[in-house]
Amino acid sequence: MTLAEPAIPRILIVDDEAPARARLRDLLDECRASFPLAVVDEARTGREALDVLNREKIDVVLLDIRMPDMDGLEAARHMAGMAEPPAIIFTTAFDAYALKAFEVNAIDYLLKPIRMERLLTALRKTGAAPPVSAAALQAAANQPRRHLSVHERGKIHLVPLTDVLYLRAELKYVTVRTVEREYLVEESLTSLETEFAQQFVRIHRNCLVSRMAIAGFERNADEVESGWAVVVKGTGEKLAVSRRQHHVVKQFR
Amino acid sequence: MRDVASINQTGTGIRLPNFCNLGVMLRSLLVTNLFVVTFAVVRAPSLGAVSREMLDMAVFAEPVLIGSLVALCAARRVLQRLPYVAALAIACAIALAIGWLAFAAGRGVVVVDEPTVSFTRAGILTVFVTGCVLAYFDLRSRALEPAVAEARIQALQARIRPHFLYNSINAVLSLIRSEPRRAERALEDLADLFRVLMQENRTLAPISGEVELVRQYLALESLRLGERLHVTWQTQTMPPDALVPPLLLQPLVENAVYHGIEPCPDGGEIVIAVGVAAGILEMTLTNPFPRESRQGAGNRMAIANIRERLQLHFDAEATMRSETKDGMYRVTIRMPYLREQRTQPR
Repeated sequence: MTLAEPAIPRILIVDDEAPARARLRDLLDECRASFPLAVVDEARTGREALDVLNREKIDVVLLDIRMPDMDGLEAARHMAGMAEPPAIIFTTAFDAYALKAFEVNAIDYLLKPIRMERLLTALRKTGAAPPVSAAALQAAANQPRRHLSVHERGKIHLVPLTDVLYLRAELKYVTVRTVEREYLVEESLTSLETEFAQQFVRIHRNCLVSRMAIAGFERNADEVESGWAVVVKGTGEKLAVSRRQHHVVKQFR
Repeated sequence: MRDVASINQTGTGIRLPNFCNLGVMLRSLLVTNLFVVTFAVVRAPSLGAVSREMLDMAVFAEPVLIGSLVALCAARRVLQRLPYVAALAIACAIALAIGWLAFAAGRGVVVVDEPTVSFTRAGILTVFVTGCVLAYFDLRSRALEPAVAEARIQALQARIRPHFLYNSINAVLSLIRSEPRRAERALEDLADLFRVLMQENRTLAPISGEVELVRQYLALESLRLGERLHVTWQTQTMPPDALVPPLLLQPLVENAVYHGIEPCPDGGEIVIAVGVAAGILEMTLTNPFPRESRQGAGNRMAIANIRERLQLHFDAEATMRSETKDGMYRVTIRMPYLREQRTQPR
């Protein structure tokens, strides 16, 4: 939103509880008198919210933290990667862990039941303040995401981590390989390795392989490195294991 | 089946005191030295000789006393796990062994004019004094125990998930304009629930009241969760007069909603069964257990809380088991079927 474009903010309400959504709608109706706005849609989970974002132009997301299927924190992290991310106002009734993490990382939130004045203040701030950074959201999250988000032509595409065979760093991007195809994500291999340490194992300076995707190991005479390669389940591709990561071969065989 | 546990140890029984505790050490020193003074007064031929008598005895008594305290402090983990009588015997044996060491060392090193006492006599006195000190601690802990137990019951009950409270208030707020009648009923339920939570729940109460409370609680939750929450009651053989500790089922049902229903986008079913057979009241609660559910500290706290209260009321006569099987989480509580005439089983 810029000053040259006096469009009214378009708002998305995300909460798994119907009464909580109804209450937010009532409050937003009251805000409208002093702060013009439009409630575009409602969503019940983080995943539904991302679907709405793919369809509609949204400026502000009122995002509940604790939701089934995909919680607010994971949804926010996918939104943060968008070219024009919406402003996010987190809402929560009580979640001791999340609240502490939010304070530490200077992320704003509203406590339910929400007062109209506080909602109005938060809405007014969204125009001026920069959106919450992906790094702050990652630091506040207490569990790894269950999807990676790929941003293609302004749309968020979710890749379930259980489908990912391996991650390979190339220049600016990381290639995400599933059985069907490859995707590019703008994240660092090191931070992916830290977040998903349970699922992935590093076999090379530029490659993390999902433990579930290792079909076996093969001696590879052409490889200068350790002389071993991982055979990938589903695609049969062979990925070189570096000399430094040779212990991985022993660990799995 | 990793999570199976039951009450079989008598947690409220008398234990040896913790000898690493400064207060316990000071009390032991005080009691023992009172004995030294008493013995000296008895043994001394004249009042003037009392101090010399005391000195003679202190040469033996103080090393034994301090040595025993150090040994008991070091061995406290082992001792506290043993039955009280066995621990008592071992504590006396430790004191006796250190007494023998001190006696032998004293004869070899310290120059004493003539051996004033035989080891047998010193040994008997050592065991006697040790026994008296331990008996004193036993009496003291018996005197304090009811107060400790009561304080714990109060503290254990003073908890309800804030998540539930604030979400419920939020749900009621959303209803006030559109459905005032439903909002009223919800506030009445909330008031009833908090009345029970706030009152002193020290004595057992009829299970019919507890079931009514759980129904009110579930009415509030279904206000928020709507279609997602399904509840099935199996109470055909439930005796409404059976006495149970108050707030026994409600925290378990609250857990079932928080960990079993809320994480599922399409919700799930909670089955609550209460029945009596062969003089045993059995309560079973089953709920879905989603893979991604963070069955964390909150749940363990509620389970430990209820287990502790069952133990305080029924000791070893009640059991509580929980298991996870085929994506379902199940808690089973068994306790004696008591009726009004025996309100206080202990």
